[in-house]
Amino acid sequence: MSMPKREPTKLVPVPNPNIIPERDVDKSPILEARHLGIDFGGLTAVSDFNMAIGRTEIAGLIGPNGAGKTTVFNLLTKVYQPTRGSILMDGIDTAGKTTVQVNRMGIARTFQNIRLFSNLTVEENVKIGLHNYIKYGAVQGIFRLPGYWKEERIAGERTMELLSIFDMQDLARDKAGSLPYGVQRRLEIVRALATNPALLLLDEPAAGMNPSETAELMENIVKIRDTFQIAILLIEHDMNLVMGICEGIGVLNFGQVIAKGTPEEIQNNPEVIKAYLGSGKGE
Amino acid sequence: MKGRSVPKQLLNRFAPYLLVIAAFAAVRAVQARVGLSSSFEGQLIPICCYIVMAVSLNLVVGISGELSLGHAGFMSVGAFSGVIAATALQSSISSGLVRLAVAMAVGALCAGVAGMIIGVPVLRLRGDYLAIVTLAFGEIIKNVINCLYIGYDSGGLHFSFKSEADLHLAEGGAAIIKGPMGATGVTKLSTFTVGFILVLIALFVVINMIHSRSGRAIMALRDNRIAAESVGIGATKYKLMAFVTSAVLSGSAGALYALNYSSVVAKKFDFNTSILILVFVVLGGMGNICGSVVAAAFLTILPELLRKLNLENLRMLVYAIVLILVMIATNNPILKGALNHLWERITRRTARAEKGEKVQ
Repeated sequence: MSMPKREPTKLVPVPNPNIIPERDVDKSPILEARHLGIDFGGLTAVSDFNMAIGRTEIAGLIGPNGAGKTTVFNLLTKVYQPTRGSILMDGIDTAGKTTVQVNRMGIARTFQNIRLFSNLTVEENVKIGLHNYIKYGAVQGIFRLPGYWKEERIAGERTMELLSIFDMQDLARDKAGSLPYGVQRRLEIVRALATNPALLLLDEPAAGMNPSETAELMENIVKIRDTFQIAILLIEHDMNLVMGICEGIGVLNFGQVIAKGTPEEIQNNPEVIKAYLGSGKGE
Repeated sequence: MKGRSVPKQLLNRFAPYLLVIAAFAAVRAVQARVGLSSSFEGQLIPICCYIVMAVSLNLVVGISGELSLGHAGFMSVGAFSGVIAATALQSSISSGLVRLAVAMAVGALCAGVAGMIIGVPVLRLRGDYLAIVTLAFGEIIKNVINCLYIGYDSGGLHFSFKSEADLHLAEGGAAIIKGPMGATGVTKLSTFTVGFILVLIALFVVINMIHSRSGRAIMALRDNRIAAESVGIGATKYKLMAFVTSAVLSGSAGALYALNYSSVVAKKFDFNTSILILVFVVLGGMGNICGSVVAAAFLTILPELLRKLNLENLRMLVYAIVLILVMIATNNPILKGALNHLWERITRRTARAEKGEKVQ
């Protein structure tokens, strides 16, 4: 691939998390969706979806059930190929690229219905995320050549480093499928981060979490953005989380963006209130 | 790292080697002291072949999660290419052992190429469709070899689909494969020790592959293809890697198998053989390498044991009943729980013993 290789971000804590030095100096967005749309047969699931995400922005995508939020994620990660419009990742058009290729371009995601490798251990799950950063081939692996030992050691260290974000080092040898729901969600985030993304897509990260877990998750999302200096786009129904940490919010209803803005603007937008609560005239 | 789980992991990983080495030593000891019955003696090399077949099929079915019903096809390719190599090199390589090794390497190579040719188009399919196409592949291989004539003379190899006469062999040449008659007059080269080494090689390749970057990618694709692709793992490459590795191992097992008999026919490697190998894998447990080894050995010996019981016509019926009973027993949750408990206790004891040593 012609993409320039990005060096993996090291886990170096930023001194003061709230003041990010030279924040978004490069003002061009990391991701830009232009007039994005997809039809399934005769049904238009998403139409004319526009969005730009800054390089270190935490953005939110909200909307009632069935509005097409996850479909947008699937379009961005090329699980579906869009019918209309284009997606620019760091200024490069992703038309015709596969899920694997857009991941290498820097988009990583988690899933609404958790998709871990449940028969494998936590450590293996993270190492699978590191796959493209572990540099040895199948032959070196089978014959246990020096490259294997060196790369596995580095990958092991990096795995522990990544697991430390959520304080999960002790769970490294547990089976992923046997973990509690909330921990599985965190592991999915760690696995996505292992691919060294520039943009992290989180699909309902707080689903199934209690208020104190959600509060911790909010801190962690901000911490991830600050340490890795990446953009995060999340889908969430928990309004405390969305309004608490998102800097920009898009509201989707029936596959169309009905509002965009800061949390304050969204909270007071009559269109949004109508979409969530109904117009009162009976639909 | 938690102290308890590390020895358990290592024990799990090395259990197949220990098992195979112990079994080999036991057989050799019995051979030296008491001597084995001729029927059992004759089963030793086939057992090695079937263990390799089961372990390699487990890589596709258990580890990669793709159902293949044509595994005997790769064995067949390996068997006949191995026989050709062994016969053609008869004059140039005098040492039987070297010739056997070369024949197995040729068998492995040819089966690997066949695996690549089949794998590229077929692995685009999933589930039942893949199973049906691999089934068809096994049948095609069988039928092609069934009407293939290959001869060897000073001018090299000759091929024909018509008859032996059509080969136009020069003076001193001989037909190696004669269509439906298969390969006859093969010099027996296989030995039990070579079989044992091949089993160890197969275990080494498969187990090391599972516990490496490629193996993790293969298992990730099995567990959740969409998630694996979302972290940048390309499906085709790793599915193909598992498939071809499996074919290579089957090819060498096929060569070893064929060179154990004076004649081989293509019909030996039919759908029934593919299913038999699949039974070993399923019975031993999908993805369980140790299980494949035990199941392949046990189910190859079982018919011979039953023959001794003088059950006459009931032999295969009893075989089937034993198969069903084992299947029920191994899937019984209570029994499984008890076995797991026992395993836990054994490993915990080893862990404790190891810790104790460190303290002293």
